[in-house]
Amino acid sequence: MSMEFLMASGIGALTSAGLYLILLRRTFPIVIGLSFLSYAVNVFLFTMGRLAIDRPPIVGTSGDGYTDPLPQALVLTAIVITFGMTALIVVLSLRAFLETGDDDVTLEVRPDDEPSSKTHSVTSR
Amino acid sequence: MKLALIVFIPFIGALVPPLAIQAGRNVCAAATAAVTGLALIVLLTEVATVYSGGVPRIDVPWLPQIGLTLSFFVDGLGLFFAALILVIGLLIILYARSYLDRADPMGRFLCYLLLFQGSMLGIVLSDNILLLVVFWELTSLTSFLLIGYWHHQAASRRGALMALVVTGSGGLALMGGMLLLGHAAGSYLLSDILTRGETIKASSLYLPALLLILLGAFTKSAQFPFHFWLPQAMAAPTPVSAYLHSATMVKAGIFLLARLWPALSGTPEWFVIVSLTGLLTMVIAAWIALFKDDLKALLAYSTVSHLGLLTMLLGFGTRSALIAAVLHILNHATFKAALFMSAGIVDHETGTRDIRRLGGLRHLMPITSGLAIVAAASMAGVAPLSGFLSKEMMLEEASHTIYAGQAWLFPLFATVGALLSAAYSARLVFHVFLGRKRYDYLRPPHDPPASMWLPVATLLIPVIAIGLMPAAIAGPIVEITARAAAGVALPEFHLTLWHGMTPALAMSAFATVGGLALLWGYPAANRVRLAVPRPEATAMFAASVAGMVRASRFLRGIIDDGRLPRYLTIIVGIIGILGLAGFLSAAPTSISGDRVPLPATLPALTGWLVLLLACGLIVCRHYDRFAALIITSVVGLVVSLAFLQFSAPDLALTQISVEVVTTILLLLAINLLPRTTPDELPLRSKLGAGGLAVLGGVGVAALAYAVMTRSFETISDFHIAQSKPGGGGTNVVNVILVDFRGYDTFGEIIVLAIAALTIFALLDSAMHGAAGRRLARVRFSPQAHDPHPLMLTVVARILLPLSLTVGAYILLRGHNMPGGGFIAGLIVAVAFLMQYMASGYVWAHRRARFDAHVLIGGGVMIAGATGVASLLLDRPFLTSTFGYFHFPIFGEVELASAMAFDIGVFFTVIGTCLLSLATLSRVEERAEQASNQAEARAR
Repeated sequence: MSMEFLMASGIGALTSAGLYLILLRRTFPIVIGLSFLSYAVNVFLFTMGRLAIDRPPIVGTSGDGYTDPLPQALVLTAIVITFGMTALIVVLSLRAFLETGDDDVTLEVRPDDEPSSKTHSVTSR
Repeated sequence: MKLALIVFIPFIGALVPPLAIQAGRNVCAAATAAVTGLALIVLLTEVATVYSGGVPRIDVPWLPQIGLTLSFFVDGLGLFFAALILVIGLLIILYARSYLDRADPMGRFLCYLLLFQGSMLGIVLSDNILLLVVFWELTSLTSFLLIGYWHHQAASRRGALMALVVTGSGGLALMGGMLLLGHAAGSYLLSDILTRGETIKASSLYLPALLLILLGAFTKSAQFPFHFWLPQAMAAPTPVSAYLHSATMVKAGIFLLARLWPALSGTPEWFVIVSLTGLLTMVIAAWIALFKDDLKALLAYSTVSHLGLLTMLLGFGTRSALIAAVLHILNHATFKAALFMSAGIVDHETGTRDIRRLGGLRHLMPITSGLAIVAAASMAGVAPLSGFLSKEMMLEEASHTIYAGQAWLFPLFATVGALLSAAYSARLVFHVFLGRKRYDYLRPPHDPPASMWLPVATLLIPVIAIGLMPAAIAGPIVEITARAAAGVALPEFHLTLWHGMTPALAMSAFATVGGLALLWGYPAANRVRLAVPRPEATAMFAASVAGMVRASRFLRGIIDDGRLPRYLTIIVGIIGILGLAGFLSAAPTSISGDRVPLPATLPALTGWLVLLLACGLIVCRHYDRFAALIITSVVGLVVSLAFLQFSAPDLALTQISVEVVTTILLLLAINLLPRTTPDELPLRSKLGAGGLAVLGGVGVAALAYAVMTRSFETISDFHIAQSKPGGGGTNVVNVILVDFRGYDTFGEIIVLAIAALTIFALLDSAMHGAAGRRLARVRFSPQAHDPHPLMLTVVARILLPLSLTVGAYILLRGHNMPGGGFIAGLIVAVAFLMQYMASGYVWAHRRARFDAHVLIGGGVMIAGATGVASLLLDRPFLTSTFGYFHFPIFGEVELASAMAFDIGVFFTVIGTCLLSLATLSRVEERAEQASNQAEARAR
């Protein structure tokens, strides 16, 4: 087994778990599912620079080249943004729960189905 | 510049009436008239140039990448229409002042009218066909507002909506047609397109472009079978009907046909489609008009009929027909606007527009009747009025037009059209104004104030003058206009009343006599009409709209049922299908590539197994939310170890510190949310979700594996090479973040700041209303006897200075070694959060010497200021600089401006973490106090 296989299958497992959780009906599993998906996406992005061991992109530390720093820079901000997103969505679901007393993400009846058709009496000049 | 002014004066001036209405209705009307007058004066300054053969133009790039420029030009045709729009507009404003009731909001009405005027001027003066489409759609929108002006009436709303749907969708077709036309011609400039007629007609895009453009023109000019919206639009106030729906807007389609005449006309397709549509519309609409009892409906259908006449003339494709069309546009605009205004006066004075209830008005309203009779006579084509002249020319053109070898077709039906036109004009005159005096009016009608009939009289001046002295009055105008429309020299022509004994004269005489005869036999004709089936276009339109609404409801029922899982299933499914299609279309030989793989090590294998176990566990055990949280943090740990393993120390540090903050946040949230997720889904749904999830996972894994096992060429060699000499740092990741891609990072910290402020807003307001009441009812189960244990408190306080030092160290070394603003910010935030956890929100908050809002704002501003500083040195935004400085104790120290940027990032991150978590713990603290108090009361 290669490292590449381990990473790829790990990303796949994270994606599957994340997808399963976001397809559920309550807010909290969806938040957790999004976290899993974010891990998967971040690691996936990171692996676009391929795998390398002991070659950190710090000039002067390695004799035989450096790994690709660009995906790392992208993923670094992505991790921090993920935190911002998770925090926001957790608070959003918390507020929704406090507001309605329920953390279900499905509506039984849509409120706006039939527009009321009021017609005013016609007064012509 | 002046040309653009003509178009934009009404747009800017549209602000005037809503303001001027404060000073009274007269001032408002006068101010609006002044706006239109100003535009007219600017237009008139161009007259001399245009009449001496010049074509003033202006060209300002707007979106040059897609060929959209703000280009205007005035040639004969544009000048003709622009003058028509402004002069009739001026009269309409004067008329509207008296027509509108005290209760009608006049400021709004005149504002809409000016907006419409500007849009219409835009159409006729645009030199860019895309710009023309923009103004075209603007006329549809403003016409919607004007038709729906009395929006308390259902008929107005219905008419407005129908006009918008028909002309708006025609506008969409027109846009498609114009894009094709521009593509075929190789330019979107009209002045180019008009000279490239041969190229366009030879192009394979000619026919689709022609069909789409005609669709736009025919819907706008109410040609059969799109004629039905115009009579419905008569629900508008009469000034609107007179202005938009007879004199100007409905002529936009005719204008377009004339404008594009050199580029599109002259082919068999053009001839057949345009002339037959026109002929059909002319006859059918005239027949309907004859039997309409509503004055305005009669005039509306007669307008449709005359628009058909114009369309037919343009369809003939000959220059002499073009001359006839131009003359008739002028004539129709004048006599029809006059007739509409007269109808408005009759309605205003008698309180009815029903022809059956009118009659003998000659005795009661002599001035109005006289004016209306002259206008109607012109419409009927009675000599020596202007209408006679253009009708004669129309019949002359029709008399020698041969369709499919049938020499009788056009002459016969053109005569029938003229006959019906004479008949409904005669009906108007005899049934409304002539005849016996009636006494059964609601109130005794009398002539209105001069401000209402003067505009009508003004419009009749050209009607009579052109009839009497056609060559002198209309000759030059028609010449210049038709030549501009044709794009080539015109054949010799001479406008005169008497052409000698021509076939046209015979047809004309027959039509006039026949029209009178038809009116005499009106009851019999009406019985014939009632006997034949009459398909009702309005009902068909309503039915098709209802059908579309039902179809949309049905579709929405499938894809938008108010359930998030459904949406996500659709999204994930579609992404999966796209990915699969990508995989298959690339015809992969093998997923695995030829890059030499790294052998797996035991620690790596262990981490992998832990990860798989965690993924399995979360799926089975997520019902216990606390357990789910622990599993999530285990995954976070494995991910940061993976980053560390594969040469990404910065990522590992970031991930681990983010993990701490996220876990604390989720813990706080769990406290207020239900502790468990109910196991409520049926097995079928679980299997469905699971299947989709596994497919998605396999796809992503395959993609990642395929990429990782293939070699690639990186663009990062530049970053690595330039990191030290260009950015002054050895940690390439950090240099990319704060220097090479600093603008991105600047954007990201702003996103973070927005997220934090949103969280604050969501939670700060949660203390009130329904959320506040529910919060007060939360009961915390007594978990620990001491919420703030002494050991934790003491250790946390001792650790604070230590953590701050570590944070500062990580921040400062970040440019050269793993670290930087993001990581340092997270570490410092955790140090402060520990105080909140150990000693409680109240204690920590009271001692906080800083405000998280200030930290966030300050951080973003520091980062921004670094960028602006480089602007001051005439370098692009966020250009960094660095140098080496000597300090007494530290020795040689390198300082880079990017470090200041990183400090901005550092503060923003601290502020974001603190604000979101501290706000959350404040909410919790409140709830806990309420809970304790309730408990104390219970005891």
